[in-house]
Parts: sequence; structure tokens; C-alpha cells
Amino acid sequence: MTTPATSAPDPTSPTSPTSPLAQRPVALVDLLDRLLAGGVVVVGDLTLRIADVDLVRIDLRALISSVSENVPSPWEEP
Amino acid sequence: MTRELEYAYGVVRDTGAPDPLPPGVLGVAGGPVRAVRHRGLAVLASPVPAEEFEEGPLRARLEDLAWLEEVARAHQRVVNAAGAVGCVVPVGMATVCRGEEGLRRMLEEGHPRFTGALDRLEGRVEWGVKVYAGPVGAEAAAGGPAPAPAGAPSPPPAKASSRGLSGRDYLRRRTAQRRAQEQRWQRAEDGARLVHETLAGLAERARLHPPQDGRLSGVTDRNVLNAAYLVPHEHSEGFAARVRELADRLAGLRVELTGPWAPYSFVAPDPADRARAAS
Repeated sequence: MTTPATSAPDPTSPTSPTSPLAQRPVALVDLLDRLLAGGVVVVGDLTLRIADVDLVRIDLRALISSVSENVPSPWEEP
Repeated sequence: MTRELEYAYGVVRDTGAPDPLPPGVLGVAGGPVRAVRHRGLAVLASPVPAEEFEEGPLRARLEDLAWLEEVARAHQRVVNAAGAVGCVVPVGMATVCRGEEGLRRMLEEGHPRFTGALDRLEGRVEWGVKVYAGPVGAEAAAGGPAPAPAGAPSPPPAKASSRGLSGRDYLRRRTAQRRAQEQRWQRAEDGARLVHETLAGLAERARLHPPQDGRLSGVTDRNVLNAAYLVPHEHSEGFAARVRELADRLAGLRVELTGPWAPYSFVAPDPADRARAAS
């Protein structure tokens, strides 16, 4: 069983203090806040609506339901 | 016959430079990331295996937190690398197209939105700020000027002592505990409001994300503010310094700063701007 939540920082991410996006390792939950509620709304050729996916994991369902209640889904109807 | 699936990360301006990314950036599933250009825009993409990213398998995989994390981190890695050299507009996670043709179609259809977002977000970064209500007794532990709350329950073992309590004592104690809890949350919410109003005044735009669920974040303190702020790059350090200053002033609250991020939370136009444009 891997423990991705504690995985090492990505060595390719910019870490120089002069980089405009210098990053410390980020928590998955902060990343998901942005990836699930942000991003330009486009529909790729495959239609994916994360809010519709029956997420088995209770922790993820909690996060995603709270996202979809408060913001329009980034995966709009095609 | 299906073409290879392509995972899209974000859109940049096509400046005519040979490659908008530093060499060697790997995407989801270790695929090499390249730019596919169309009408002055370039989408960063990499090939992904159909057995994971066709709609059916993708649906199933999204329920796998470890898999989701891998994809999320690869997505961020590419957006970050692009953001280090210029403005990037991230697309939603798991935007998958069929072949380069599909990627160009996406740029064609989204052209006004992408160019609009690039214009608005050029030279800006996003900071994340979270405020947590501290645990019981944090006010005292913080060493701040705030006195320990009058109703704070004493720490000794509750089980042993509660056996000796009369019913009325027990109820009185429960009421005091509840009141202390309510006061703590009220203070936390007041603090969160102060933080948000102060920072929103310094930022170009602000956006509230839903408070994080402790089951996912692993943080036991209650998250009372989960906000993102869009800040011009030249004010970025000053903004971060201001957050740290606020954090020091707020006894009993914990303030957490993340970033700077690519402007994920601000790719959609400001509703206020849209309203102004329509009027």
C-alpha cells in the first residue's frame, strides 16, 4: 500500500526563490480544491463530469459534493 | 479506429518560441509534454494510455485516490513548469482529447475564452490562505494578549471525575463547555472575516473555496476560511508578508499560506466584470 499523501516533493517543480511559481510540496487537498473547482471549462472529446462519478470513497465524495454545491461544475454539459 | 488519447494541461500563448516548456517535463503516466499550436495559442499535452483514460476506465479510476493524486500532481507539475516561464491558463483536470486534431479543435472552440483568460491573468499569481480555529486552549498556548477563555474546561481526566458529579453539575458543565465552544467558533469566524476582508482589499480578485473537510485534509482543527487571492506578481511578496503579519496578530487562530499558485481559481471571468460588460 503506497501512501501518496506523503509522497516526496516533485523534483522537477521550480524551487528557486526567483521563480514566479516557487512551490513547497503541496497538500493533495489544496491541489484538488483548485483542480476540481478551477481550470477553464472545456469539454474534451471524452465527456467527463467528475461530479457525476459515483465516488466510492467517502472523503472524496465529501469534498466533491461540497465543490459542486458551491460552484458550477467545471465539466459542463457538452 | 481511434486516435491516441491526449491529456491537456493548460493553454499558453504561442509566442513562436520553439518550446514553451523547459525540456524534460513529464506528464501524466510519464508521457512527454509538448505544445500543440493553433491560432496563436498552444495547448500543453501528452499522450496517455487508452486503458486508463477512455471514458469507462477513467470513471472507475477516479474513485481511486492514489491514482487521482498521481494525475493531480502531474497536472500541477506541468502547469507549474509552464507558469515559471509565462502565463498559463490551466484546463480542468482530466480533459482528454482524441489526437492532435482533438486538441486543436479544443483551442478553436475555446479560443475567445482562452485568450480572454490569458489577457486577464498575465503577470498574476494566486495565493491560498486558510484559517483554522485552534484547538481548546490554543488562545493561551499562542502566547498572545488574549486571556484564556473563562469557560475553558479544565484538562483533568473527564471520565474519572464525571462519575462523582451530580446530574445538575454535569449539565452545568456541559453547558459551559458548549458555550466555550460556541465562543471559540465565533472568534474563529470573526478572525476569518477580518483576514478575508483585509486580503480581499489587497488582491485583484478573491474567491472562496468550500472549507476543507478534515477527513480529506487530515487536519483536526476546524477550517473556517479557505480562500484564494489573485495578486499581481510584483505585489506577491508583499501580500505574503501581510498574511504572515495577520497570522501573528490573531491569537488562537491558525493561518496557513500556500502558493504562489498558477491562477487556477481565477480562470473564469469575474462575474462582476461580466455584469458590467452586459450593462
